[in-house]
Amino acid sequence: MDEKRIKILIAKPGLDGHDRGAKVISYALKEAGMEVIYSGLHKSIGQIVRIAIQEDVDIIGLSIMTGAHIPIVEKMMKKMQKEDVLDKAVFVGGVIPAKDILKLRDLGVAGVFPGGTPLSETIEFIKTYMKKA
Amino acid sequence: MAVARYIKDEKDRITDVILESGIHVKPLYTPEDLNRTGFDYEKDLADPGQYPYTRGIHPLGYRSRAWTTRQYTGFGSPEETNERFKLMISHGQTGLNVAFDLPTQMGYDSDNSMSEGEVGRVGMAVDTLRDFEIAFKDIKLDKIGAGLTINAVASIMLAMYQATGEKYGYEPSVISATPQNDILKEMVGRGAWIFPVEPAVKLIGDTIEYAMTVMPHTNPVSVCGYHIRESGATPAQEIAYAIMIANVYIDNVLARGYDIDAFVGRFSFNLNVFGDMWEQIAKFRAARKLWARNLKEKYNVKNPQNLFLRGLFGGGGYGLTKAQPENNIMRGAYYALVAALSGAQTTALCSYDEAYTIPTPHSALLSLRTLQLLMDEMGLRDTVDPLAGSYFIETLTKEMEQKIEEEMEKIEKNGGMIKAVSNGYIQRLVARQAYEVEKGLETGELLKVGVNIYKEGELQEVELHEYNCESAEKQIEDLKTVKRQRSQSDVARTLKELETATKEGKNVMPCLVECCKAYATVGEMTDIFRQEFGEFQEPALF
Repeated sequence: MDEKRIKILIAKPGLDGHDRGAKVISYALKEAGMEVIYSGLHKSIGQIVRIAIQEDVDIIGLSIMTGAHIPIVEKMMKKMQKEDVLDKAVFVGGVIPAKDILKLRDLGVAGVFPGGTPLSETIEFIKTYMKKA
Repeated sequence: MAVARYIKDEKDRITDVILESGIHVKPLYTPEDLNRTGFDYEKDLADPGQYPYTRGIHPLGYRSRAWTTRQYTGFGSPEETNERFKLMISHGQTGLNVAFDLPTQMGYDSDNSMSEGEVGRVGMAVDTLRDFEIAFKDIKLDKIGAGLTINAVASIMLAMYQATGEKYGYEPSVISATPQNDILKEMVGRGAWIFPVEPAVKLIGDTIEYAMTVMPHTNPVSVCGYHIRESGATPAQEIAYAIMIANVYIDNVLARGYDIDAFVGRFSFNLNVFGDMWEQIAKFRAARKLWARNLKEKYNVKNPQNLFLRGLFGGGGYGLTKAQPENNIMRGAYYALVAALSGAQTTALCSYDEAYTIPTPHSALLSLRTLQLLMDEMGLRDTVDPLAGSYFIETLTKEMEQKIEEEMEKIEKNGGMIKAVSNGYIQRLVARQAYEVEKGLETGELLKVGVNIYKEGELQEVELHEYNCESAEKQIEDLKTVKRQRSQSDVARTLKELETATKEGKNVMPCLVECCKAYATVGEMTDIFRQEFGEFQEPALF
């Protein structure tokens, strides 16, 4: 394996504390051989982007359960553009209604994993995406 | 989500069943099993209403009184919440259960930049007393109790509730609030914590001490095994941790010099119902017994009524699925049956669309009707503890009791509850288990209808509760108006008094009530605590 190890930040933006999903995906990605950093709770977009830069991650995975995914992602993308780190891929997981998946994609999200997506599917998607990238 | 693990032979016959708590279920139970476990009717069960209350805390169960139904309600503006409260009451709901938005739960005002996009989203926005005045308008606060589902700033909400009552002419002694007020479980799961462990527990002690004398009908703490279970704990761990967390709050109040019988009778519990139904029923029966024994033997509680484990058994959120959402209606009915067979005093169900969104009025009403059906049509009020004496149920109850005790010992060995939460021992354990469950669902070792068996192609969409941006903007405008109109000198004076009381380590409740009456904001009060206490440092996951 001469592939570079994928480094991913799993982040919980905003005030929501429901982190079962974020923790489960963190364990799963770690077991799939990726290097995982978990942000912890209640992080602002600024803090998340800062951690992503400091840790030099390839991917930022946002876990959002409150329904605020659209405004959070809009803010995230603006911040990433400002910091000139749009080369990092953004993935979103959580409570995401089907009708919002396209909207998130249009905002620049590379992959959306609504609650119930099998872990293996998420892992495969990320691996394939990174090979293409 | 998971139930038991089923081991099967090549002909698809079940050869073993392993419950989440680690108990193996046998294919057949006989009187031999009761002998094996040393079952003794008087010691292990006794009649309902008799120590150790395994069969229930009231001698006649639901014959004397049906359960209280308390659907979790609240969203958007206080006006909308008030409307929904009245709707649910008009349909026969007997208690209120207030959902707060995240900014309120985290002590931020609606106009704080941290609140952007979240005002009124997952619950009602509360900035000042004005919001409570609107939410509880025309509701008979001496007749109906209100659950306040909030933790880190529960002290502020309890003060706000008292101030609202007084505004509408109800003495604090006649109103009944049940703030959730369980911060340790927030640190294990759910995550709505603000302050570090020690001051956070002290604030809970303050509310218990205050309620004891000023609001005797209030239940100042609702200990939530519920969210710990949602985060990945087994049913045995759910009860073990809930009892140990309750003991932390008890110890805080005892250290202030009070007699335990003066306050512990107002403790209540919030416990979960999803999973293997037999394991849940055994869990609730064992929990009543262990809580009573804990109080009697460890704390020397004298008054039998103070030994009651009173609780809301319900919810079942993690058991619900996004796939084939209407199946959640049936799941809810079975969960409610479990709660009724277990003798719940209070109940509520997650609504079928709750895996997606805030429940619509239609889905919330379906949940309420599910609960009412059991009491009024299905015969659940006929006799108390109908499952008692089943060889299986009694054996399982004994085995659950043992498992719960084992889990408590594990935490004791690791330095006790406060340490296990502060250093992340429990959080890591529970998260790891959650991961194992997900893996079990992927390999098919655990079964879930619509998820890994009987799947249908496309995800079915349900009606969504839309977030109302205008309502959020109005909330911010209303806050500005209140800030303009209130007496600035009263606000400054009451906040100053709160700051002094906080610094001196006094009970902050009387000062909080005064701050609320002066229309100080939730954010202003919380900021004083934030400054004085600092913030909880979340232990690392890996």
